[in-house]
Amino acid sequence: MPKKEKKNEKVDEFIRPDGRKYDELRPYKIRAHILKNADGSAEIRLGGNWIIAAVYGPKEHFPKFEISQDRAILNCRYHMNPYSTSERKSPKPSRREIELSKVIRNALTQSVILDDFPEMSIDVFIEVAQAEGSTRVASITAASVALADAGIPMRDMVVGCSAGKYNGHIILDVGEIEDKEGEADLPIAIMPNLRKVVLLQMDGKMTHEEFKKAFDLALKGAMQLYEEQLNALKNILESMSTLGEGEINEKK
Amino acid sequence: MRRNNLKKNTLHELLMANNVLKMAKENKRIDGRDFLDYRPIKIEPNVIEKPDASARVMLGDTFIIVGINFEIGTPFSDSPDKGILITEGEVLPTASFGAEAGPPSEEEIEISRVVDRSIRESGVVDLSELVIVPGEKVLKMFVDFNIFNDDGNIVDAAVLGTVAALLTGKMPDPKYIAEHIDEIDKISLKEVPRVPIPVKDIPISTTLALIGDKFYVDPNYVEESVAEALITITHTKNDEICAVQLYEGALGYEQVFEALNISLNKSREIRDILLSMVKNESTETNE
Repeated sequence: MPKKEKKNEKVDEFIRPDGRKYDELRPYKIRAHILKNADGSAEIRLGGNWIIAAVYGPKEHFPKFEISQDRAILNCRYHMNPYSTSERKSPKPSRREIELSKVIRNALTQSVILDDFPEMSIDVFIEVAQAEGSTRVASITAASVALADAGIPMRDMVVGCSAGKYNGHIILDVGEIEDKEGEADLPIAIMPNLRKVVLLQMDGKMTHEEFKKAFDLALKGAMQLYEEQLNALKNILESMSTLGEGEINEKK
Repeated sequence: MRRNNLKKNTLHELLMANNVLKMAKENKRIDGRDFLDYRPIKIEPNVIEKPDASARVMLGDTFIIVGINFEIGTPFSDSPDKGILITEGEVLPTASFGAEAGPPSEEEIEISRVVDRSIRESGVVDLSELVIVPGEKVLKMFVDFNIFNDDGNIVDAAVLGTVAALLTGKMPDPKYIAEHIDEIDKISLKEVPRVPIPVKDIPISTTLALIGDKFYVDPNYVEESVAEALITITHTKNDEICAVQLYEGALGYEQVFEALNISLNKSREIRDILLSMVKNESTETNE
């Protein structure tokens, strides 16, 4: 659960547009198994972001000529809904969405053990219902939970978090205003136990020193979200086991 | 970047890919370069006369042409006092065995956006100097780059070409257009007097491939195809980082900083090469 900070307890003089401290995440909540039809699913709320991810597969791959003999193919679509932003977004995939789908696919591919399912494919669909900055990393965090929910074997979870620079300060978890008006944005995704970076992008301007600070901050935020990922999966395991007992009792 | 295209690769390329891995064990690269060496760079600005700016770049056997055109347009509503920059790149069907004509592929879009970020975020062109009438008319700058021959590391070649073109090109004078704003429909942009493009920085991108725990600077096509990770980092002339893209693969936390340091040192070196070549060109044209 997100920590509720006590108000203004000698916070650094610097105040962010939404009143957060420089190293504070927005309130967050992850829930797994929220779509009945999907093999795996999850949603994340991170501040005003609301993102839903669904996994279908492993399943037979089409078209046949694209089949990979030795491993499964992971497909990934990152999609912003038309109502996700204050100005309507055309539902047609933009160049930005195509790029993000690719880097997100790469990030998830690093963790999924694709060799287990030759000639198959796994589809990951990410729908951004509401966007409020740092959607790509929140998407990865949700998608990884959805993959786990689908029971797909993975080397590690993948969890994303962003850091950036706003008004000369290095900040954690870049919000919408900070994204638009800030000087730099550094989204990363990691495999927390294998200590690997699987998504790394940056735009804006940062010195090497600032980059290091931002990177470390983003790592810290990612570890917090990783705990929440585990919580979401634990919760669903518990509710599933009680559900299972109920079914057995009914049969008796 | 090319793992998905492996089926389209020629047998020769697959054998070469095998060689890269074999030679990696002996600490060698297939073309005899050092791990931190670029291939020979040749930059020729103004290779095409029609656009406002252009350049051809040869990076080893990678062959790219960049053209820059200006048009009059309407600014975006969220940035009324800024000109517009649009960057698009296309891998031509001439570029390699697997290259195909058609709508831009995922890779082409990604590459274009990385080049765009390198140019835009470095502030190489001050977009506020492209304004004609704030909120109404601005100059739109189109950067188009085409890959004629793809031997890897398209992004570095494209950024080099774009910066070289910007340094040597001319743009229509926005002040002149503002003064003649009443006749704007009659003005032919070609007749507007030209001024130098307001260049504020010299961003340099450096691309590294990770193969077996070792970074290969300026990877060629075959090295890219076997890379475990592929990353581009762009530096400004003040050694700030202005764009990063991990295209594929994973890096250890320490490897990220190793890559940043290699990139910083290389960017200084490549910037000097670029400036010397652009200077040579401008003196040649003066003579």
